[in-house]
Amino acid sequence: MRVESSISRNAPADGQQEHWDGEASTGHVLKPGELDLSHNVILYLDDITVSFDGFRALNALSLQIDAGELRCIIGPNGAGKTTMMDVITGKTRPDSGKAFFGQTIDLTRMTEPQIAHAGIGRKFQKPTIFEHHTVFENLELALKTDKRVKKSLFARLFGDDLDKIADTLRQIRLADQADRPAGLLSHGQKQWLEIGMLLVQDPKLLLLDEPVAGMTDDETERTAELFVSLKGKHSLMVVEHDMAFVEALGGKVTVLCEGSVLAEGDLATVQADPRVIDVYLGR
Amino acid sequence: MRRFLLSLGLVLGLCATGARADLDPAALKGLASDDFDAKQAAITGLAATGDADAERVLKALADDALAVAGGRVVITAGGQVLDAASGAAIKPAPANPESIGLNNALRQQVDGALAALRLFSADRAERLAAAKLLLADMGDGAALLPILDKAVKAEADGEIKTILAQLHAQARLTSPDAAVRLAAVQTLGESASPAVKALLLPLIEKQGDAYLETDDKVRYAAQTAIKSIEGRLAWSETAGQIFTGVSLGSILLLAALGLAITYGVMGVINMAHGELLMIGAYSAYAMQTLFRASFPDFVDYYLVAAVPVAFFVAALVGMAMERTVIRHLYGRPLETLLATWGLSLVLIQAARLLFGAQNVEVANPVWMSGGVQIAENLSLPWNRLVIVAFSGFVLLLVWLMMNKTRLGMFVRAVTQNRPMAGCVGVPTARIDTLAFGIGSGIAGLGGVALSQIANVGPDMGTGYIVDSFMVVVLGGVGQLAGAVWAALGLGVVSKFLEGWAGAVIAKILVLVFIIIFIQKRPQGLFALKGRFVEN
Amino acid sequence: MRTPASIKLVAGLGPKGWLAVAITALVAWVLVPLAHLMLPESHPLHVSTFAITLIGKILCYAVVAVAMDLIWGYGGILSLGHGLFFALGGYSFGMYLMRQIGREGSYQSDLPDFMVFLDWKELPWYWTGSDHFLWAIFLAVAVPGVIAWIFGYFAFRSRIKGVYFSIITQALTYAAMLFFFRNETGFGGNNGFTDFKRILGYSITAPETRLVLFGLSVALLLGTLILGRVLIASKFGKVLTAIRDAESRVMFIGYNPLHYKLFIWTVSAMLCGLAGALYVPQVGIINPSEMSVANSIEIAIWVAVGGRGTLIGPVFGAAIVNLSKSWFTTSFPEYWLFFLGLLFILVTLYLPQGVVGLWAKLTRREAKAAAAQAKAETPAAPAARNSESNAAELPAGAAKGASA
Repeated sequence: MRVESSISRNAPADGQQEHWDGEASTGHVLKPGELDLSHNVILYLDDITVSFDGFRALNALSLQIDAGELRCIIGPNGAGKTTMMDVITGKTRPDSGKAFFGQTIDLTRMTEPQIAHAGIGRKFQKPTIFEHHTVFENLELALKTDKRVKKSLFARLFGDDLDKIADTLRQIRLADQADRPAGLLSHGQKQWLEIGMLLVQDPKLLLLDEPVAGMTDDETERTAELFVSLKGKHSLMVVEHDMAFVEALGGKVTVLCEGSVLAEGDLATVQADPRVIDVYLGR
Repeated sequence: MRRFLLSLGLVLGLCATGARADLDPAALKGLASDDFDAKQAAITGLAATGDADAERVLKALADDALAVAGGRVVITAGGQVLDAASGAAIKPAPANPESIGLNNALRQQVDGALAALRLFSADRAERLAAAKLLLADMGDGAALLPILDKAVKAEADGEIKTILAQLHAQARLTSPDAAVRLAAVQTLGESASPAVKALLLPLIEKQGDAYLETDDKVRYAAQTAIKSIEGRLAWSETAGQIFTGVSLGSILLLAALGLAITYGVMGVINMAHGELLMIGAYSAYAMQTLFRASFPDFVDYYLVAAVPVAFFVAALVGMAMERTVIRHLYGRPLETLLATWGLSLVLIQAARLLFGAQNVEVANPVWMSGGVQIAENLSLPWNRLVIVAFSGFVLLLVWLMMNKTRLGMFVRAVTQNRPMAGCVGVPTARIDTLAFGIGSGIAGLGGVALSQIANVGPDMGTGYIVDSFMVVVLGGVGQLAGAVWAALGLGVVSKFLEGWAGAVIAKILVLVFIIIFIQKRPQGLFALKGRFVEN
Repeated sequence: MRTPASIKLVAGLGPKGWLAVAITALVAWVLVPLAHLMLPESHPLHVSTFAITLIGKILCYAVVAVAMDLIWGYGGILSLGHGLFFALGGYSFGMYLMRQIGREGSYQSDLPDFMVFLDWKELPWYWTGSDHFLWAIFLAVAVPGVIAWIFGYFAFRSRIKGVYFSIITQALTYAAMLFFFRNETGFGGNNGFTDFKRILGYSITAPETRLVLFGLSVALLLGTLILGRVLIASKFGKVLTAIRDAESRVMFIGYNPLHYKLFIWTVSAMLCGLAGALYVPQVGIINPSEMSVANSIEIAIWVAVGGRGTLIGPVFGAAIVNLSKSWFTTSFPEYWLFFLGLLFILVTLYLPQGVVGLWAKLTRREAKAAAAQAKAETPAAPAARNSESNAAELPAGAAKGASA
């Protein structure tokens, strides 16, 4: 707990860009648990297998996401997309395989809050926000701060934090809704609020599970814009079925099928792959 | 003592020659003597004849029917007076027969002598019974030794002979001859009876500095014999504990099976489950009352009638509960918990008003009393055996219902995906009610079983609710197999702990164990793993 | 930038809140004692000893109800074992009261009577220091606190929640009750502690002592309410309700729910312990039946009747249920369980927000009626309807959240 929370505080927010430019930093001494992006890889999954009562949800899955990348994951239902996110965020422990955040942080040994502190944020398939708290409070809770009990008993918001929340409110277009209970928002607004909660958390890697489900076309478009603008500063992994949206994001695409990677590449290449057409796209 | 043995030997010698004749009137006279020793000698003498006439006389003596009239010993039976020696009626009946009294010590001796006599009975069952009686309480071994000598030689039946051999050895332990004692100890070493162990124990004890048993060989033999008896005893003791554990487990299982359906499968926390048990038990009581009043000839079969009655009464109450309260609380487990607790209070108070606050008496039918003797110190009571079998039967029914019937399929479908089940035409609301009714009915059956071994009162259910939930929690939600293993495991473990630490501490230890267990396997013994578990 | 705690306290309660506190304090510490001591018994405003004891008892229950509400109403964790913490506090202080009897027991021994009866020659080790008042108070807080912490740590760590947690807490108090029933445990077995004589040397039955205990009960309740208010208004409170509503989200934004739950759980248990310590001298007895399963569930119904998720609700709930209980048990003893049972059923079915929620609904309806009359010709603008249905929908959601 202590170690993990020190990472998020110590990791220099503006120094990150240098690492992400890909210079192999030899001789760089890391504090234990600090995010090491020396090989420009932010997430490294190797040979991960998860089975539920004999059913292999993930089958020797290997996947690598570069720092600053925007990666889309597509695949038919039951391909293991959500289970993969469960493994990355510590909700499910893999039966075998490695999951590393950067070069040094072993995700398979950490709890969900520790992983969140290390810098991975997650948006669920169904928007999960705090419905009885106001929009403002939702963001306040998600804010990147010391999240231990003792601090929260006497916590107060500083000017910087207020600014950060105000910025995010504008970014997710909920500034005029700040004092409404979040439960009263529309479905699309809830999706945005959840994304906003990820943003104030300032994670290095965002996992987004079907972020535009239930959004209008207009909202979808704006979401795509937002994600593209985040690219570079953050790494993103987006699970989505909406091909138009995937196309709008324009990054590399990974196709999952039956718990392992079927194809990888840009959207056009993937769409042309006969195996992908067979299991997912065509038919 | 010496004199007594001597007289016994004398009598034995006498009767060996004078077989089949009438009893010796002189020996009978001894019975009428005022001298304790003479009386005792006479009794032993009679016993040693192994004669039917002697038995008749001793029986009369035990029944206070032996008397002295006109200088001879007679038996008074009804209006008649019989000659004790020949058994012939004396006519005219002598006036004022003077009854021969017995004190307690003598009475005991007469009983022992009667048992010893029956060892020569023509009826095998009677001989066996007599042998067993002596095994349980032999009394003065030395006195019996001559009779046993004779009986062992005469006996042809294997089973009885084994017992007699043991009795014989037991009697020979008192022999002054070390070799005889040694042989006796070796024979006794083959027994599995706590009584025999107690018999051998003095042989290895010390009094002051000296051992009670002076002969080293005999003492060592006794030590080995005790060890081997203890080994056999331990086995049957363990078996006994396992059995009581299994029977406790099967009661837990009956209490928990209904819960495995209502909570395990439907996800409804029913705190009034214990009261459904109580309703089942009161149904048994009501049937008993009905049979006693209306069909006194069939009163032993009231329990058979109580089974369906309890099932339907409890099922109806359960369905009413589901319709009026629980239905409105699906998906809100904590509210369900509180509301059903309220239901349980109402049911308890209703039972108090209907049947009174006191416990009522529900009797075991005759065919359920007694037990099966498995070993010397292990007897399985019929009522528990019947309950174990009954719970196995109910388990089978539940399994068949859940896995082989359409209703069971519907129930499983509704619990796995309610909207989808509704879409494909499963009447979800009716299925809920029915399933809840069946779970409640099974609780009613559990109540019938409970009525046979526990107190029946308005509060009886509250004691079982914690236990039954523990079974379901331990077994894992939605798992019949889990419930079975958890119930039997809990039953056996708590019985063993009880033997070791007492009932209360055992209960606490079991609860602590469950809390620790749930640390390791929060989803129970037979958990379903997967993404859907937490949803 | 940190605000001093005192300012936060003042701000947290608001002027209305402080006024209510002041009035309650005035009534409890001045008017009630005056009415009890000064007025003759025949006077209509005389407060009888019976009333003081009854209200004092209910005040202790109210503290337990508020403590329960903190964990259930705000944390979403239904404990069916709070009776245990209450009783542990009571037993801790009861030990002191037993020692204060001195040699005036039936056996004229230094040891409590039940120990003489068991033929014990000296006090067991855990009775060490029980003759010190402060140590007893410390125990009354620390014992429930430590037990709650240990139990909570293991339960929350393995993510036992919802009904599972309720059942396990029920088993816990059940096991404790069995344990305390044993004579060898050293707490008076079946009979528990009773026949108290003195407290700090003062006679326990003296009206002044009773008034002091009464005043302390009021103080404890006010203190609990203020503490609750501060906790709930802080960020801690927001995280707590967030855990209640969406625990996994809380974890994925980096909070460890374990520590939050554990903190409020332990605080709640310690408050119960204090309430128990005040309860025992007023009622004059503590025995293992306080730990019965039924007692603990009853605490939940106080909170439910009053309205969970509000701080004042549980106070009303405890008062309503317990006043009804004392009326029923004297007038219609055989119907009390029916009443209580139906209360459980009806409140959960029809009054998920308790009487406080009902009150809020009624006043809102009145306000609405007034507003509707004001603009009689406009048949409810869509916006108005929208906010209205939202407002109506939210409490139902709150109830659901608390039960999940």
